[in-house]
Amino acid sequence: MLEVKGITVRYSGLPVLREVSIKVDEGRTVGVVGANGAGKSTLLKAIMGSVKVTSGEINFQGQRIDKLATEQIVRRGIIYVPEGRRLFGPLSVEENLLLGAFTVEREADKQKNLDYVYEMFPRLAERRTQAVGSMSGGEQQMAAIGRGLMSTPKLLMLDEPSLGLAPLLVSEVFETVRRLQEEGDTTVLMVEQNVLEALELSDWAYILQTGEIRSQGPAQEVLASDEVRKAFLGM
Amino acid sequence: MEDLGIQVLKSVVSGLLMGLVFALVALGLTVIFGVMDIVNFAHGEFLMIGMYTTLLTSPLLGIDPVLTLPLAGLVGAALGVLSYYGLIRFLLRGPMIAQLFGTFGLMLFLRNLALLTMGSEPRILHKGWLVGKSFIVGPGVVLESTKLAAAVLSIVSFALVWWLINRTKVGRALTATSLDAEGARYMGISTQKMNALAWAVGGASVAIAGGLLVNFWPVEPGVGLLFTMIAFATVALGGFGSVRGAFVAGVLIGLIVNIPPIWDAMLRMIDAAGLADLQIHSFKYTMVYAIYFLIMVIKPQGLFGWKQ
Ligand SMILES: Nc1ncnc2c1ncn2[C@@H]1O[C@H](COP(=O)(O)OP(=O)(O)O)[C@@H](O)[C@H]1O
Ligand SMILES: [Mg+2]
Repeated sequence: MLEVKGITVRYSGLPVLREVSIKVDEGRTVGVVGANGAGKSTLLKAIMGSVKVTSGEINFQGQRIDKLATEQIVRRGIIYVPEGRRLFGPLSVEENLLLGAFTVEREADKQKNLDYVYEMFPRLAERRTQAVGSMSGGEQQMAAIGRGLMSTPKLLMLDEPSLGLAPLLVSEVFETVRRLQEEGDTTVLMVEQNVLEALELSDWAYILQTGEIRSQGPAQEVLASDEVRKAFLGM
Repeated sequence: MEDLGIQVLKSVVSGLLMGLVFALVALGLTVIFGVMDIVNFAHGEFLMIGMYTTLLTSPLLGIDPVLTLPLAGLVGAALGVLSYYGLIRFLLRGPMIAQLFGTFGLMLFLRNLALLTMGSEPRILHKGWLVGKSFIVGPGVVLESTKLAAAVLSIVSFALVWWLINRTKVGRALTATSLDAEGARYMGISTQKMNALAWAVGGASVAIAGGLLVNFWPVEPGVGLLFTMIAFATVALGGFGSVRGAFVAGVLIGLIVNIPPIWDAMLRMIDAAGLADLQIHSFKYTMVYAIYFLIMVIKPQGLFGWKQ
């Protein structure tokens, strides 16, 4: 479904991603793990057309997307739930969710998606008129994921959804991803520093280290590998 | 005593009417700033072009000046979009100073273009339904219908823009872009289109204000500067990017401008002939600038500001 082929991204000349290739098959959950500063967010932003790719190509459903503007990529069905959530703080929960459905034309579809999100996150329904910026970190992450679901994306990309959350809420976030896998046919690409929980959920895993893919494989195998146990899990 | 009362009432009424027009003049400036953090020095020239649009098209089309307002709005919107795609879009990549000089250059260009095509002679409209009519609302307090209509139609225009921003899907997208343009792009909202929309709304509203003003305020190619300065003061007082702030501050500044006549009246009351000679009312726009500087020092974010 998504194929990133040997992309290089530079920030003011310095390469932050070097010849990175990943593949996401339809219906799967793929995890990319790596330390802070490894280039995980840059990889997702490159897919979104938010940072420029200097070489390589990105294909989505058989078509090249690396020259498209972000809003066109969104219309193709890729949704990015950014690191730090980037909610529209002064606007209400519902206004934020409806902005997530900006590319949805039919009113009925919009309403259906809203109902689905409220059913998945009842707390958002209770607080639909509250300013999203005044909610707790966990609730905001729910709102960010919910907003990402409002356009029924073909590919949902989550950028460190557990960042800065208390352990209980971290489990809740990953539980949500599990529900998405079970209920829908959403394909998920997730980048995380929370290696253990992220890989337990994933089908396939990549390890990104200082801008390069170090290894990949079925998530369970990667999780069990000496490399991961030493580098990330401290075993 | 009654004489002072009437003076005060007159000042408040005319301040209120003028203030509502000031609010509409400032609206476009605050919308553009709110969405893209850019200050348009050519704002007053957009107003000047709105004035000329009504002045010229009313006799040309043989319709009342009031009916040319949508046309003035259209011309203003087109001018805004053209300025955005033709100039501002490129300036955004440059440093702040390039943006300042860029819109300053646009101001000079539009002003000289007007000078070339219109001449420097001040002109005013003396036709139409509104001219020469007035209402007496109290002893000695007369409402000129041109000013009353300008105030009422300013409120209507303001309400339309408010509705667009707060009650429509595209308005929400505009708000989202002004809060976080990158975040909005991840929703599928094109920043380019929203910027252009901000310039269209800004151009249209200020040009309509121009069309209203030309019924009682002479137009000449340099007329924009005073209004640009008033709009800057209004936006600073109301808060950069705040629509509600522009409305409240516009009215306040309208009132401030009309306070000096109250002083004149008081001076006459106490019969301080020497002081009355000072003609305090001729300092009324100086007052506006003084307040502008005061706000920048005391409360740089303004009354309703959410941006610095
Ligand atoms: N806008 C930017 N300009 C310059 N360098 C950046 C920028 N964004 C990120 N970087 C650098 O690129 C590297 C990768 O960053 P990022 O993709 O955010 O990593 P991660 O998401 O894995 O923590 C880091 O060294 C970071 O400092
Ligand atoms: Mg990151």
